[in-house]
Amino acid sequence: MFLIYCPHCGEYREEEEFQNRGQAHIARPLDPDSCTDEEWGNYMFFRKNPKGLHHELWVHAAGCRKFFNVTRNTATYEIKEVYKIGEQPKVVA
Amino acid sequence: MSQKNRLQSGGRIDRSKPLTFTYNGKQLEGFAGDTLASALLANGVDLVGRSFKYSRPRGIVAAGAEEPNAIMQLGATEATQVPNVRATQQELFSGLVAGSTNGWPNVEMDLMGLVGKIGGKMMPPGFYYKTFMYPQSMWETYEKVIRQAAGLGRSPKEYDPDIYDKMNQHCDVMVVGAGPAGLMAALTAARGGARVIIADEQNEFGGSLLSSKETVDGKAAAAWVASVTKELEANENVLVLPRSTVNGYHDHNFLTIHQRMTEHLADRAPNGQVRARYHRVRAKWVVLATGAHERPLVFANNDVPGVMLAGAVSTYINRYGVVPGNELVLMTTNDNAYRTALDWHDAGRKVQAIVDTRKNPTGPLVEAARERGITVMAGSAVIDVQGSKRVSGVSVASISEDGSKVTGSVKKLSADTVASSGGWSPVVHLSCHTGSRPQWNDEIIGFVPGATVQKQLTAGAINGNFTTSGALEQGKQAGADALEKLGLKAADVAVPATVEIKESKPMALFHIPHTKPTSQAPKQFVDYQNDVTASGIELACREGFESIEHVKRYTAMGFGTDQGKLGNINGMAIAAKFLNQSIPETGTTIFRPNYTPITFGAIAGRDCKELFDPERYTAMHKWHLEHGAKFEDVGQWKRPWYFPKAGESMQEALNRECLATRESVGILDASTLGKIDIQGKDAREFLGRVYSNAWAKLPVGKCRYGLMLKEDGMVFDDGVTSCLGENHFLMTTTSGGAATVLTWLELYHQTEWPELEVYFTSVTDHWSTMTISGPNSRKLLEELTDADVSKEGFPYMDWKPMTVAGVPARVFRISFTGELSFEINVQANYGLHVWEKLFEHGAKYDLTPYGTETMHILRAEKGFIIAGQDTDGSVHPYDLGMGWAVSMNKPFSFIGKRGMKREDCVRSDRKQLVGLKTIDPNIVLPEGAQGVFDPTAPIPMPMVGHVTSSYWSANLGRSIAMGFVKGGLDKMGEKVYYPLVDGRIVEAEICSPIFLDPKGERQNV
Repeated sequence: MFLIYCPHCGEYREEEEFQNRGQAHIARPLDPDSCTDEEWGNYMFFRKNPKGLHHELWVHAAGCRKFFNVTRNTATYEIKEVYKIGEQPKVVA
Repeated sequence: MSQKNRLQSGGRIDRSKPLTFTYNGKQLEGFAGDTLASALLANGVDLVGRSFKYSRPRGIVAAGAEEPNAIMQLGATEATQVPNVRATQQELFSGLVAGSTNGWPNVEMDLMGLVGKIGGKMMPPGFYYKTFMYPQSMWETYEKVIRQAAGLGRSPKEYDPDIYDKMNQHCDVMVVGAGPAGLMAALTAARGGARVIIADEQNEFGGSLLSSKETVDGKAAAAWVASVTKELEANENVLVLPRSTVNGYHDHNFLTIHQRMTEHLADRAPNGQVRARYHRVRAKWVVLATGAHERPLVFANNDVPGVMLAGAVSTYINRYGVVPGNELVLMTTNDNAYRTALDWHDAGRKVQAIVDTRKNPTGPLVEAARERGITVMAGSAVIDVQGSKRVSGVSVASISEDGSKVTGSVKKLSADTVASSGGWSPVVHLSCHTGSRPQWNDEIIGFVPGATVQKQLTAGAINGNFTTSGALEQGKQAGADALEKLGLKAADVAVPATVEIKESKPMALFHIPHTKPTSQAPKQFVDYQNDVTASGIELACREGFESIEHVKRYTAMGFGTDQGKLGNINGMAIAAKFLNQSIPETGTTIFRPNYTPITFGAIAGRDCKELFDPERYTAMHKWHLEHGAKFEDVGQWKRPWYFPKAGESMQEALNRECLATRESVGILDASTLGKIDIQGKDAREFLGRVYSNAWAKLPVGKCRYGLMLKEDGMVFDDGVTSCLGENHFLMTTTSGGAATVLTWLELYHQTEWPELEVYFTSVTDHWSTMTISGPNSRKLLEELTDADVSKEGFPYMDWKPMTVAGVPARVFRISFTGELSFEINVQANYGLHVWEKLFEHGAKYDLTPYGTETMHILRAEKGFIIAGQDTDGSVHPYDLGMGWAVSMNKPFSFIGKRGMKREDCVRSDRKQLVGLKTIDPNIVLPEGAQGVFDPTAPIPMPMVGHVTSSYWSANLGRSIAMGFVKGGLDKMGEKVYYPLVDGRIVEAEICSPIFLDPKGERQNV
């Protein structure tokens, strides 16, 4: 079970307080109506499934209810960094 | 009953405290300090179970967690039954009741044993799959019979009367194992000021030292253990946990510990005491000092009771004062095991021979044996064992130098006990739990922990350092390393002196050859608990299973409750030899939690019965109880389902509630509706983005129904949102969807549109909500308020603040029944008061309380959907015939708009929600029934949609239903057929889902 640092609360808390919301940095197209089916399909359905470093969106659901990003190694489960929405990861594959 | 194998003196048992216990219905006696296993051996009990597949007699093999055979069913009463307890780990107490788990009708006379004898050759690995594969439909029947025959214990049929609990712990250093290495690590870390937890599965700390004759620090090893334990217990920064198995090592240094608090005292926990405790530990650093398990050798008939591990025999003699036999033959590949022969001899019993597989054993232990006149047969092996329920003799022969074949003639020796040692396997289990792969070490002939990402240190025998001095040294080092990594100062600890006995090189041998090839030799067991043999592993390899993981699954090696603690390494070695590979090339399987079986009670802790999942009650719950409500679970809420009067059936109650509401006035407790308070200057803009309809022009004081969609265009929640102020809204959600919707709003606000100034607060519990509905609802409300609630003064879809029954209230003129309705919201604390006032004044109108079921019927009469019942995440608003709730012209592309334009979403033959009228009005279609257009079509018939809502409508005097039908919105008046499981085919006509008052005249009064 993970121990996750919430960048908003400034504390390590148990995984039970958090929810994983999938891949991070999936920006909603600014003009959905002009997206082709392929562009919209990519936004809607296509996600990475890497073995190794992955940037994920998490929410401190049973805490401050804030969303933030986590860089996690999906093979070893190491959390390499957490960073706020709008920021870019420092640890990249 | 005499304890014929008990020594007069010695051991850590208390002979002044005899304990009586029952085993398989027989009364036996042991002493305080015994385990169930040591007491059984003291009493000369040879047979403790029957094997899983061949039903062969089995005896005690080991003295610890690795025991594969002595798996007991404990419990004096039905409620206290505990299955799969290792007799070697169960402390004896007065009144303990134990039984062996295998064997039918009993272990002594086992009929299934015939199957093993006759069918042994006919039950190779994969036997069940090969034999019971066909016909596939019969598998479930076969499985039941097979499982009954297998039978490894049973669970109790009554409630567990005991209490369990859980504790969350945090520490700097978690030390697993309290042998010499663990004790030194804990001592060092504790003296350095670290917060330490040290846990050991045994009742006493000390590990190997408890059964050792060594000295530590110039005194008996046990005395040193006692002094260290005393210091640790006195340190307030140290939590000392005996009888505590660290069962799991999880990610980020999270460990779970199963502490047995009272299982050594009595069948039931003494009054008020916790039976077992589950510790959930988050440690900054972990020191694994888990020791090693001795590896048995694999030879023919090595499962006859009386064949034991050498170290276990020494433990029974030295720790428990029990010599489990009279004549011993010891087979070994190493010096270490010579101690067992010395212990046996010194206890005054006969050692027939030490059979050493090495050509030329030398060293102090070998000399000590020779000095005692014990025969040492070098370059030889025990290739076979005689006896069925107890060893009666052994066959010994000389073997080649590499141990691959028998070279000499076979000699028979009489013996009742065979001790074997193939060396020691480090207990790497916990280090594997987080995904680390063990590494083979040729030097120690075993696997040691591999690379890990955890903050983990290891010390002692787990690293392959099997000496006491090495364990003490490495324990100190691990403690010091932990201190350094924690940034604490170094501690002043000296490694205590020990007397080391030099041992010569062991031989790497796992599988003892027989005069016949393995496939024809008598069974040579690798995994006792699952009856996996050397020939079985070879067969698996011959059949093409080359990956050790596949061999494991095909043969079931390591699949028992012991997880192959004894047999796995031998099995891998046999597979490696057969495949002509090295052991590291073959690799190893890894272990997973839990290390030993854990009772469900400990996992559940206090989270059972009413504490398992919290129940949520509204402020009026007491009233509902007093008025005989039947309840329904909605999420965690307990909602009244219906209110039967004495003697009424459910349907009768529903009919009465429905008619009363449409004819006079009914009342519903709607407090569970999700309520989200939304504020901020961009609140209106935000609503326009997350709802499919328009919000820009909703004036203060007005309410509007909205559909919430996902990006794919599919409906996921709905509700009414009211404009409380220019920048202030109250959103309602479905009762079950409140939390999901709130998270959804936060997700879009925080990740997509942080520039919008808007705030969300859950206010579900702040308000009590009661809906009065029906033609007399206005008259009733007028009696309790001075506000103008007339048709003109308070029109439909308005809301107003007012005082109701003396209490400030928000009243909404919205309707989920299609009747004139008022939804009264008051501060939750006033809920019951207002509710009771309504009944006081409502009596003359026959105010009738109704529950969720009547609510469902009344809304279905009006064709109103319930998100989650009439939607399933695959329907968009147009499928529901609710295009009126979509505004495609809003400037911002709201969530779901683009999704609805996908090719698949604009097909005309999508499944669409329609009303369904059965031709026979008395038939109520089952919800979930699948419709077809042509009931005469061959099976499988093309299915065209299912029934989502279906009820008896007392108001209409007939059944009504809603459901999906392919292209249904264009098929009004056409027929659809529902073939039911009972063979009937129900014919229905497609119609509008609005069965009552299609113009909405009843609510607009």
